[in-house]
Amino acid sequence: MTGAKALIHALEKEGVDVVFGLPGGANLPIYDALVGANLRHILVRHEQSAAHMADGYARIKRKSGVCFATSGPGATNLITGIATAYADSSPVVAVTGQVPLNMIGKDAFQETDIIGVANPCTKYSFQPRVVTEIPETVKKAFYIAESGRPGPVLIDIPKDVQQATADMKFPDLIKVRGYNPVVDANLSELSKAVDLLLKSERPIIMAGGGVILSGAFSELQALAELLMIPVVTTFKGKGAFPENHPLAMGPIGMHGHAEANKIILEADLILAIGARFSDRSVGRFDEFGKGMNIIHMDIDPAEIGKNKSVDVAIVGDVKSSLRTLVKLLSKKTAKKEADNPWLRRRKELIQYFADTIKDYPREITARKSLKILRELLPAEAIVTTEVGQCQMWASLHFDVISPGTFFSSTGLGTMGFGFPASIGAKAARPKVPVVDIAGDGSFNMTENSLAVSVLEKLPVIVFLMNNYMLGMVAQWQRTFYNRRYSGVHQKNCPDYVKIADAYGAQGIRAESAKDLEKAIKAAIKSDVATVIDIPIDPDEDVYPFVAPGTGLKDMITGA
Amino acid sequence: MTLSSEAQGSWYIVTALVENKPGVLFRVTNLFRARNFNIESITVGSTEQQDLSRMTITTNSDEKTLDQLVKQLRKLIDVVEVKVLDTEKSVYRELALIKMKAVDPTTRSEIINYSTIFRGNILDIAKDTITVEITGTPDKIDAFKSLVEPYGITQLARTGVSALPRGMEN
Repeated sequence: MTGAKALIHALEKEGVDVVFGLPGGANLPIYDALVGANLRHILVRHEQSAAHMADGYARIKRKSGVCFATSGPGATNLITGIATAYADSSPVVAVTGQVPLNMIGKDAFQETDIIGVANPCTKYSFQPRVVTEIPETVKKAFYIAESGRPGPVLIDIPKDVQQATADMKFPDLIKVRGYNPVVDANLSELSKAVDLLLKSERPIIMAGGGVILSGAFSELQALAELLMIPVVTTFKGKGAFPENHPLAMGPIGMHGHAEANKIILEADLILAIGARFSDRSVGRFDEFGKGMNIIHMDIDPAEIGKNKSVDVAIVGDVKSSLRTLVKLLSKKTAKKEADNPWLRRRKELIQYFADTIKDYPREITARKSLKILRELLPAEAIVTTEVGQCQMWASLHFDVISPGTFFSSTGLGTMGFGFPASIGAKAARPKVPVVDIAGDGSFNMTENSLAVSVLEKLPVIVFLMNNYMLGMVAQWQRTFYNRRYSGVHQKNCPDYVKIADAYGAQGIRAESAKDLEKAIKAAIKSDVATVIDIPIDPDEDVYPFVAPGTGLKDMITGA
Repeated sequence: MTLSSEAQGSWYIVTALVENKPGVLFRVTNLFRARNFNIESITVGSTEQQDLSRMTITTNSDEKTLDQLVKQLRKLIDVVEVKVLDTEKSVYRELALIKMKAVDPTTRSEIINYSTIFRGNILDIAKDTITVEITGTPDKIDAFKSLVEPYGITQLARTGVSALPRGMEN
């Protein structure tokens, strides 16, 4: 068996059903081995999109997404996607071709030291140099990518190793000596958490991406409902908790919900679950949670104390930790009442900001269009976003009802992520509508994935709030640079309806609420991708806003 | 826990057992660079186990940074074990080669005297230089260095610290 065949067979054994990629000189043997293989190959038009598709697939399937690229530029094109997956702890397994062993280090054609390049943005990387190492390498790559705190893993295979033949052994179990992800939380820390939670009068749950990664939705809900604790999320944790739930407060952060940013300042205890206290979520590290007790649950021990010192640290898979926590709490307390001063304060804040923060005065605005989208989409629809204003508007105005159906490039903030990622998500769950809440600047970066969506019959919906502007940059230039615009205008180019048309997709321009409703309904029914081009005013800002380097208390509501 | 008189703040010795394979040193040093950890020295060498190497890292950090450094190191897949050594309960040594200008006989005999007091070895005497080997704690090497500095150090090489805990562990 050749190394390339061994790779494909090992992938099949891992249960991989789809691979996103693009061939080239150094991975020709792998592409040859794909012929007749029991997995679907989706040909992309740019490797960055292959990595995003694998990432979108992984976030919905909650197992590894796989992408292929050739050496050199193919591999470096993957890097933005790999770095995106790394920043958001997503299990992507990237397989790159490499120049033959005897050419490594000779500055050969299309040679890049991709192991070196990828090191800071992968959980681990492999370069099998002997063909018989391939099966075990694949097994290890999936194990490392998916276990503990998930993350991308790179397998870089020299061309001659792909071509070499040998008798292969495919291990069912492997052990990695230096890698033992913790699973069981420390009981004494858990009981400290129980005491603090029972003592607290104004507790807040801050749910992060870890809740989604471990699928701890019902456990989180059980805890919140037992103690009647209001739940805010980080942006990555958006949708960890149903946003129409009577305890939900929405995301905190730079463009968090005003009531969420406000209530967390008034709490006496923060229970952070699978969250990493990022600057975008908490503002200034020194101010956040000052004078409050903080309990931090996370699977990654290195997150404890990294940005924020905490009072109780519970290291372990948050799903099992939460389960134990609820069990311990249930022994000591009955379900709390649905009415107390703290919950009344929650309602008061929501009402106050609902009354104060007005929509931008236009017939069609980001807020209005997203409310319409929410009304027309089924709860189980999957929603992802591009990056910029569109993303923050999605965070503010699109409520996620079914847990785990929303994701975005939250850590790296990669423009061009949403569209290919939505295609990956559609491949993972073809039966539900998948929407990319987009802005023009970001969609423009990977719009050539329209070809993939159309040809592979993965019809997604691009919900394009179009101001022909790099809108978030423009907003910062309005706010911090006295409206001195620099490099932000897209000047009505291109025509996105024509772009959709050119790829054989459906393009619809929606200039009124009524148009938009019709377009969304048509898109949900469509067999091909739909781009809904929604012209919005380039002066519409995202509010509330917590300026960089300030604290949540310095929030500007724009009212 | 001061190891070197030149240091500001606290010094720590961290030892790590790592997989003995290509690229591991790169992963470790790249981590230090990427996370802004300040490393004073790092040594790598073989151990009693053929497939493991030992890294000894000295760092001048606050406790919070040290905690992160250890946790981030542990997170690396190729790192099998990480310990912060208690310097009171450890042995640690560094080796330095120091080449000094030594032309006139008085200087030469002074340097040779100092080196004897510091249990150093004279490795080379040339027409106008003397090269001395000093082994000891970084403190001791610093002390010798400042003593001979007035003669003019022309070249200096230090190995960084190697360390082991005393006695049987646990």
